[in-house]
Amino acid sequence: MKTIVGYSDKISATPGEAIKFMVSCTGAKSYRAEFVRIIHGDTNPAGPGYKEEKIKAPALAKTFPGRKQEIHAGSYVAIPDSPLFHDLSSFSVSALIWPTTPDKGRQSLLSKWSERSKGGFQLVVDGNKGVAFVLGDGSGKTEEFGTGKALVGREWYFVGATYDAASKQVHVYQEPMEQYAKIDSTAHAKGVSKLKSVARPDGPLVMAAHAKDDSGGRLACAGHYNGKIERPKLANRALSRLELENLHAALVPSDLATAIVGDWDFSRDIMSVKVSDMSPNRLHGEIVNMPARAMKGHNWTGKEMDWKHAPRQYGAIHFHDDDLYDAGWDVDFEFTVPANQKSGVYAVRVYTETDEDFMPFCVKPPLGKAGAKICFLMPTASYMAYANEHMPTNATLAEMLTGQLAVLYPHDVFLNEHREYGASNYDTHSDGSGVCYSSRLRPILNMRPKYASWLGGAGSSLWQFNADGHIADWLEAMGYEFDVVTDEDLHHEGFARIAPYKAILTGSHPEYWSKPAWDALDAWKRQGGRLMYMGANGWYWRVAFHPEKPGMMEVRRGEGGIRAWAAEPGEYYHSFTGEYGGLWRRQGKPPQMVAGTGFSAQGFDISSYFKRQPDSFNPRAKFIFEGVGKDEIIGDFGLIGGGAAGLELDRADRLLGTPPHALVLASSEGHTDIYMVVCEELLINYPAATGSQSPLVRADMVFYELAGGGAVFSSSSIAWSGSLSHNNYKNNVSKITDNVLKRFVDEKPF
Amino acid sequence: MYQFDPKALHLAKEFNAQPIGKHSAELQKVLNLFRGEAMKDKYVLVCTEPHKRWVLSQLTGVRGEKVRMTNHVFTDIDEAERFVFKLRWKKYTGKELRD
Repeated sequence: MKTIVGYSDKISATPGEAIKFMVSCTGAKSYRAEFVRIIHGDTNPAGPGYKEEKIKAPALAKTFPGRKQEIHAGSYVAIPDSPLFHDLSSFSVSALIWPTTPDKGRQSLLSKWSERSKGGFQLVVDGNKGVAFVLGDGSGKTEEFGTGKALVGREWYFVGATYDAASKQVHVYQEPMEQYAKIDSTAHAKGVSKLKSVARPDGPLVMAAHAKDDSGGRLACAGHYNGKIERPKLANRALSRLELENLHAALVPSDLATAIVGDWDFSRDIMSVKVSDMSPNRLHGEIVNMPARAMKGHNWTGKEMDWKHAPRQYGAIHFHDDDLYDAGWDVDFEFTVPANQKSGVYAVRVYTETDEDFMPFCVKPPLGKAGAKICFLMPTASYMAYANEHMPTNATLAEMLTGQLAVLYPHDVFLNEHREYGASNYDTHSDGSGVCYSSRLRPILNMRPKYASWLGGAGSSLWQFNADGHIADWLEAMGYEFDVVTDEDLHHEGFARIAPYKAILTGSHPEYWSKPAWDALDAWKRQGGRLMYMGANGWYWRVAFHPEKPGMMEVRRGEGGIRAWAAEPGEYYHSFTGEYGGLWRRQGKPPQMVAGTGFSAQGFDISSYFKRQPDSFNPRAKFIFEGVGKDEIIGDFGLIGGGAAGLELDRADRLLGTPPHALVLASSEGHTDIYMVVCEELLINYPAATGSQSPLVRADMVFYELAGGGAVFSSSSIAWSGSLSHNNYKNNVSKITDNVLKRFVDEKPF
Repeated sequence: MYQFDPKALHLAKEFNAQPIGKHSAELQKVLNLFRGEAMKDKYVLVCTEPHKRWVLSQLTGVRGEKVRMTNHVFTDIDEAERFVFKLRWKKYTGKELRD
């Protein structure tokens, strides 16, 4: 079990820049730290083995006190405390809700509550007992008034409750929008409170949870609610049933308007973390832990699929009890990247006698000051999409996809039991809805050297960050100088960040791309850049980064593609930017337009090899095959599944944007029947879509020149980089890659 | 549910020769049945020493519940595959697979 874990506030920094590190250490009273450059994170004894360079860092040369740091997952809205809340004696609350786990115990919808004193009020979904109003006098005495009728999951309800301080009358309402025969979940409960008064505790008004503890300056909540809430309201007297309903009218009667204390409209500020109170009181607040916004409300008609065109129909926020944005840990230490530190992949390693953790980051050169002609573009957007994925313990398909027993590593076991560490964009929330946001402000235990993955095929079993170490290691072993830049750098800094480089190597699986990053790469290619696509299934999903909060990414799995979950119809547009989400291919930009090849098939058992195609004998490709025999099988060896063609495979397709002059140099063959054609290719499904039968189950190695003097080479296979180190880097995969790179850094235009 | 002949021992022989990799269509159908089991009690391996040691374990099918580790420890991942194949063969056919 993991006993030391941590994270940093930055994933990329320039020399001289400070990075904050947050650590939770439960396995020892103290821990130590060191600064390392990660060279090769693959521990497979069949390969070069684990390699790192320790770098002197006096600031880290001491003992740090170990302490446990908690993560408080679960999203909510917090409205800061206000005198207006304390003025309340009688009051009413109401909202529209769409509960997704109504039977999962007590879940707070709207609360002003102190867990310590048991004072205040909570409107709750009370498990199978339906909606209830919980009141507390602050001395420990509490009362509950519930409807006693279970709610139907994933149905809209109007809910409300009132308390009259003079008569002590309490009313609770739950009214479904849809009526089903044989199911009666409409209810109106009433009772008389025996409490002297309802307490008005300090602390925020909370929606979708209730306050548990605010010690240490951080609010911790409990009673998290799963589902949507729309237009919650608070009034300063006990309203009648009709008045409660009228509160939700387009025009609130003037005699009722004066009763409104808070009227929160979630259809505003969708791109933001802000929550606006539309009442004159301006009791604005914020969402915490990133619940899903731009969610369909009770009034969604289906005429508009884009929330920007009809924001009033997208007035719901979907809360989850396992949402997480920022773990919010206290800082253990700050570390400044030494001046003149060369660009590369680095980490601060924290360790005790029994455990260790790495907190990796990229050191990039100052903007405009490249240290080399070559850039390795670290696909951190894709690392974030997979961050802390739970597929081997959650997904039935894991063993089928890989053709072998799912192998769990220590981090999988830990994450299975510690759901508070947050999920990936490959997971579903505890209520079954898809995880559309992912944050890097938390320990990401599968973005580590030495990490192995159930998804990485037989052999080294690597995926994403640690698989990409094969590329950086090969560059180093072959004596190339190179800089490292991340997706987030490209997204935020644009073309200027990569302008100086002659050649860019991608990672093995650069799947997730924002529009700004795409545009920057496109501009670079048009101005003479030479792109080496060192993997497959790149440029697949469109993503957005949050405009206000760092380190937060969004993906909406709309329409088609290989999807671990599907976005709800009408919820395909990003809440962060308003852009249409989903596959780039569905937006008229297939990956073939970027790198000549695009996703065609996948399988995760063993890999295969490439065979040269007639185009490889074209004089334009001569430089690529120098030293490779004309009948030579390419890559029938390697650490990833035993071959260079494996896991995910891309193919050339003129109709999807492969340039007409592109050369298909080699293609893979002989894949197992675990490999299947990607679903976006299956307009009509058919029984011959697997490796032994479908011609679409193949990788095409491609080369073509660009109009601006640049060029593109695509290996089109995730497993490609796992073959680079074979036979001490002397093999035909290494040779081809080396031939390409040598020419690509040559100034002479293509 | 897909059904197969418990006497088709050639499938077990084929599997044992190569647990991970290319298989005949007939064996693949059996493997799809075996490997597509629901998460409750599903077999997984927990790697306790990289590239060296795997412990046969079972999932509970309930999110967040501990993975149940068994006493069966393997130093060869193919051996683990063969062991689980035997367990599943017995489960679906009622017959023991002999070595």
